[in-house]
Amino acid sequence: MASMIGSKVERKEDKKFLTGKGRYTADINLHNQLHAVFIRSPHARAKIKGIDTSKAKKAAGVVDVLTGKDMQDDKIGGLIAGWKIVSKDGTDMKCPAHPPLATDSVNYVGDHIALVVAETLQEAKDAADLVKVDYKVLKAVASTAEAMNSDVIHEGIEKNLCFDWELGDKAKTDEAFSSAEKVVEMDILNNRLVPNAMEPRASIGDYNSSSEELTLYTTSQNPHLSRLVMSAFNAVHPEHKFRVIAPDVGGGFGSKIYPYSEDVIMAWAAKRLQRPVKWVCERTESFLSDCHGRDHITKCSVALKNDGTVTGLKVDTIANLGGYASLFATVTPTYLYGPLVLGLYNIPTAYCNVKAVYTNTAPVDAYRGAGRPEATYLIERIMDKAAKELGMDRAEFRKKNFIKQFPHQQCLVHNIDSGDYDAHFDKALNLADYSGFEKRKAESAAKGKLRGIGFSTYIEACGIAPSAAVMSLGAGVGLWESAEIRFNPTGNISVFTGTHSHGQSHDTTFAQIVADKLGVPMENIELVHGDTDKGPFGMGTYGSRSLAVGGTAIAKACDKIVEKGKAVAANMLEAKADEIEFKDGEFIVPNTNKKKTIGEIAFACYLPGTYGEIKSPLPEGMEPGLKETAFYDPVNFSFPAGSHICEVEVDPTTGETKVDTYTCVDDFGNLINPMIVEGQIHGGLAQGIGQALYENAYYDETGQLVTASYMDYCMPRADNFPEFRIDYTCTPATSNPLGVKGCGEAGAIASPPAVMNAVVDAIGTEVTMPATAEKVWKALKEKSKSAKKAA
Amino acid sequence: MKQFNFHEAKSVKEAVKAASKNSAFLSGGQTLIPSMKLRLSSFSDVINVKNIKDLQGIKVSGKSVKIGAATKHAEVASSKDVKKAIPALAALAGGIGDMQVRNKGTLGGSIANNDPSACYPSACIALNAVIHTSNRKIDAEKFFKGMFETALKKDELVTAVEFTIPEKSAYIKIPNPASRYALVGVFLAKYKKETICAVTGAQPVVFRSKEIEKALNNNFDPNSLNDLNLKSNEMNADIHASAEYRASLVVTAAQKAVINCK
Amino acid sequence: MAKIALKVNGNKIEKEVADNTLLVSFIRENLNLTGTHVGCDTSQCGSCVVHVDGKSVKSCTMLAADANGADITTIEGLEKGGKLHPVQESFKKHHGLQCGYCTPGMVMSSIDLLKTHKNPSDEEIRKGLEGNICRCTGYQNIVASVKGAIGKV
Repeated sequence: MASMIGSKVERKEDKKFLTGKGRYTADINLHNQLHAVFIRSPHARAKIKGIDTSKAKKAAGVVDVLTGKDMQDDKIGGLIAGWKIVSKDGTDMKCPAHPPLATDSVNYVGDHIALVVAETLQEAKDAADLVKVDYKVLKAVASTAEAMNSDVIHEGIEKNLCFDWELGDKAKTDEAFSSAEKVVEMDILNNRLVPNAMEPRASIGDYNSSSEELTLYTTSQNPHLSRLVMSAFNAVHPEHKFRVIAPDVGGGFGSKIYPYSEDVIMAWAAKRLQRPVKWVCERTESFLSDCHGRDHITKCSVALKNDGTVTGLKVDTIANLGGYASLFATVTPTYLYGPLVLGLYNIPTAYCNVKAVYTNTAPVDAYRGAGRPEATYLIERIMDKAAKELGMDRAEFRKKNFIKQFPHQQCLVHNIDSGDYDAHFDKALNLADYSGFEKRKAESAAKGKLRGIGFSTYIEACGIAPSAAVMSLGAGVGLWESAEIRFNPTGNISVFTGTHSHGQSHDTTFAQIVADKLGVPMENIELVHGDTDKGPFGMGTYGSRSLAVGGTAIAKACDKIVEKGKAVAANMLEAKADEIEFKDGEFIVPNTNKKKTIGEIAFACYLPGTYGEIKSPLPEGMEPGLKETAFYDPVNFSFPAGSHICEVEVDPTTGETKVDTYTCVDDFGNLINPMIVEGQIHGGLAQGIGQALYENAYYDETGQLVTASYMDYCMPRADNFPEFRIDYTCTPATSNPLGVKGCGEAGAIASPPAVMNAVVDAIGTEVTMPATAEKVWKALKEKSKSAKKAA
Repeated sequence: MKQFNFHEAKSVKEAVKAASKNSAFLSGGQTLIPSMKLRLSSFSDVINVKNIKDLQGIKVSGKSVKIGAATKHAEVASSKDVKKAIPALAALAGGIGDMQVRNKGTLGGSIANNDPSACYPSACIALNAVIHTSNRKIDAEKFFKGMFETALKKDELVTAVEFTIPEKSAYIKIPNPASRYALVGVFLAKYKKETICAVTGAQPVVFRSKEIEKALNNNFDPNSLNDLNLKSNEMNADIHASAEYRASLVVTAAQKAVINCK
Repeated sequence: MAKIALKVNGNKIEKEVADNTLLVSFIRENLNLTGTHVGCDTSQCGSCVVHVDGKSVKSCTMLAADANGADITTIEGLEKGGKLHPVQESFKKHHGLQCGYCTPGMVMSSIDLLKTHKNPSDEEIRKGLEGNICRCTGYQNIVASVKGAIGKV
C-alpha cells in the first residue's frame, strides 16, 4: 500500500462544502426556537444609570428582555482571563470584573447591555429600538500609547496597567549595550487587526427540561474548553449535563478560541426561558465585539559589533488588552511574544519588558500567530535597519547571526531542537533570484516605479504546548491533547480528537496518519470532533498545535491498537506476540503464510459468536473490544522556521504598493499532506500581507471604531496578491514521533516584515503598517522635502 | 430591515403615481438595499421600476448614446455599441463595484442616488449628458446638486441618460482599497473645442476641474499637468484619504486619463 | 405580503413572503437551502452569491419579492445526478476551499466568470473575483480552481 503520509490527497471534507451541505451554526434551526438581539453600548466608556426595558417587553413577539441584573440574580459568573501573569514586582496581574451583560459600566463600543428575545428576528430587532439606556458618558481611553497616562477605566487598576512583565537578564543586557560598538534603535508599531473569519459568530442554546441537559451550538475552535470555562467559572450548568457542539465552523484564526459573552448568555437564556434561543452575529457587530489582534507599540534596540555580530537585544512594549482581559489575552503579549523576539538568531542576551494596558476598545486576544507575528515583526525590522546602518548586505548580516547548531538553548526560554536556517535562506534567495534584483530594480525605475526587496527569516514556537512548562508560567490548564481510535466490529474506524477543524483539513490529514499507521483505506476512517458528548476531553485548535500534539495523540492511539492487535493475532495464529509483524494492515508471522488482516482482528476483538468455534480469539484475561485512547503531552514546543522574500513595486505618483513577487521556503519538519500545507501558507500570507498593506482597526479618540465594516476595513481580495512561490526544507522535529512542526500560522508570522522591509527598501524611508498608498505617498513627499532642505 | 410595502410598477406612470414623501424607487438596489438593511434608511413604500419597459435599452446615434435608466452596468460594459461610440463609458461601467453589483446595479439608480464616490456622475458631466426624467430633461450640470442630492423631485423618475459622443475620452478610477468605490475618479472627454474634466469622489459632489481643463485645453499632454497643485481645502477627507492626498490623486488620475484617452 | 412564483434549482415554487424579505433569507429560511451564506451586511463578501436568470448576484442585496418570475440556481442546484459541476470538481482538485464558508459564493461567481470570459487570464480571474472575500485560502488555489475549469463550463 502506498504511503498516505506525504501525499497530496484530496480532502475528505470538500464535497459537503462544495454542494452547500456544510452545516454551520447559523444553519441550525431548532423547534420552538427564539431569536435574540443584543443591545450594545454606542459609547466607548460610560456609566449605566438605568436600563428601561418596559416598552420593549411589551412589543409584539417579545418573550423577554434580559439584563445584567437578571444574570446576577441567577448567579452567572463573569468571563475570565485564563493565564496568570506576574508583574516584575512580584504582584499578580490585575483583571477587572467582566460580566457577560454589563451592570454598572460599559467599556467599549459594542459592550453587551441587554438581550431582546422574541419569536422572530424581525420582532427582536424592532423591539431592540425600544430599549432605553441612560448613560453617563465618560471620556474614553482610546490610545494604546496614552493609556497609562489617562483616566483610570477600572477602579483600582492604576495607570490602566494589567501587568508590567519582564523576561530576560536586564543587568547582563545593559552590560551588552554599554560595551556595544554600535547600537541601533527603532520604534515599531504593530497595527490592530480584526480577525474576520468569514463565518460570523453564532450561538444557539437549547435546554431539555426533562433530562436537564443543556446544549450549546456555537462557532468555537475549542468546544471542550468552552464547556469547562462556562461550567467552572460562569456557573451556567454542570459540565456532565452540558454539551457544547461546534459544528462546521467557518474559520477562526484565534477569534473563536474562547467562549464569549454571547455563548454564556445563549446557554443561560435558553435555560432560563426554557426554549431554544438563537443569536447570529452580523458583520458590523462582529467588528465591534469579536476579539481583535496585535496592537503593540514597541521601542527596541540591538547591540552590535562592527563586524555585524548581534550582542544584545532590548524590547520595551505596550500591549493593548482592550476593555477587559480576554481568555488568552494575557499570554499572547508575554510568553507567546517575549521568548520569540530573539528570532532565529544567536543572541547572547536579551531583555523584554511588556506593559499590558486597558483601553476603551474591544478586547484584544489571540489572532493567527498570537504574539509571534509581533515578535517576528520587530526583530526582522530592526535586523534590516541594523544591516543598513552597518552597511552590510541584509542577507549576509542575517546569516552571520543565524543559530547554527542544534539543539540550541536560547537566552530567554526556548530550547530549539532542530533546524537548518542557512538551508532555507539559501534556497529562498535562489528561488527569488536575489542576485538579479538590481536588474529588476532598474527595469522598474525605467517605468517610473520604485522597487524594493525585503527578507524575513523567522522562527515560531508551535505545538502548543508542554503542560508542565506552560503551567509553571501561569497557564490555567495543561495543553496536552487526546485521541481515541475506535475500531467498529465491521472494520471501519471512528477517530475522536479533542482538536477542532475549521478549515485546517483535519478530516483528511488525520485520516492519512491513521491510514498509514493501521493500513486501513482512507474512506473507512471518519474523524469525529467538535462535540463534547463524543470523544474525550481535548484542548482545541490554535497555535499550530493540532498536528504536532493532536496528531501525535492519534498516532499513539494507533500504536496501542497495533499492540493489542499483535497479542490477539498471536493468539489466533498460535504464535508469540513479540514475533508478530504488522505491516500494511496485516499481522504476519514471519517466514510463514500465517496472517490476519486488521479487519479480521477487529472483528475478532468484538467476540462474534460463531457456530463451531467457541474458543475466544483473545488471549486469556484480555478485555474484548478494539478501542484505544491516548493523551499526548508534548515534551517541547516545535519550532517551524523559514525564509520569506518579498519584492514590491511602488507607484510614487499614488503611493500604491504592489506585491510583485513573494517567495517562501519553510521548514515545517515532515509534511503529511503538502497540498494542505500549501493552502495554510497561502492563507497566512494573505493575512500577513493584509496586515502590512491594507488592514487596520482604527478607533478615533472617542473610542468609536471607524473601520467597522468592509466598506472601511480593507479585506484583501484576490487581485491584491501575486502567485506565491513556495518551497520547503525539512529538518524533522525531534519533539514528536511524527517529526512535524506545524504550519498554520507561519504565513501570517513571517510576511508582515518581509513586505515592510521591501516597502522601506523601495521608498528609502520609514513607514508604519499598514503601508497604505497615502502613507507611502506622504512618506515619499516628506523625504523629498527634507532632501531639498538638505540640499 | 424595517417593514415596507413593495410595489411592482409596470409603467413610468404607475411608478410615479405610487410615489410619496416616504417612498423609494427600487432599481438595482445595490445601494438602497444595504442602507435599508443597516437601518440607515427606511421607507413606507418601495417601488420596483427595474422591469419597466421604457427604462430599458441602449440607442446610439451619430451624436449621442442614450441609455435607459434601468440598464445594468454589465449591459453597458459589454455593449458593442457603447464600446465603439464611447469606450471610456463602457470601461467605467465595467469597473463599478464587482461582477455581482454590475449584474444588478443600474445607471438610473446610480445617478439618482448620487453617491459622492459613484463613477457615473463624472461621465454624465464630462459627456454633457441630458438626464431624461418622467416629466422633463435636465442638463447633467444642473442635476447633481450635492452629496446624495439631485434635482429630482420625490415623485420624479430618471428614465434615460443621453451622453454626447466626444472625440475621445477616458475614465480613471483610483479605488478606495476597502470599498472599491472611487477614492477619486476622473472622466476626461475631449471635444473639438474643449476638454472636459469631471471629477468624482474628491468632493461632496461631482465637479469640473477648471484648472485641469485649462491646462489641457492649452496642451493636451500629461506633462502639462506636472506642476499643477489643486487646492485641497474643498476636497473630501476621511480615513482613506486626506484632502491633500485626494487633490494630488485628481491630478495623477487626470494624467493617466490623458495617456489612456481614446 | 408579496406572493411570488419562481423556479429554484429547477423546482417551481410559490410562496407568500413579507415584502421586506431578502432573497437570501427566503432561500435559507423559507426553502431551507442553507448552502447560501451571509458573511457581511454591506453587500461585499459574496458568500451569498446565487444565479438569477443565469447571472451571479448577491442574494443579500435583492428582495425576494423582486425575484418573482426568476429562475434561480443556488449551490445546491449544481450537482447533477450525483456528479459535481466541473467548477465544484476543480475546487476539490485544487484545494480551492478550506473552511468552506465563502465557497458556495465563490463557486457561483466562478461559474459566471467562466461564462463571461471563455479563457480568462490570471489577472482577469483575480479581478473577476473582486466581489468575493475569502479569509482562508489567500485566493491562490481558488484562482487555480477557476483556471482548472476553463473550457468545462
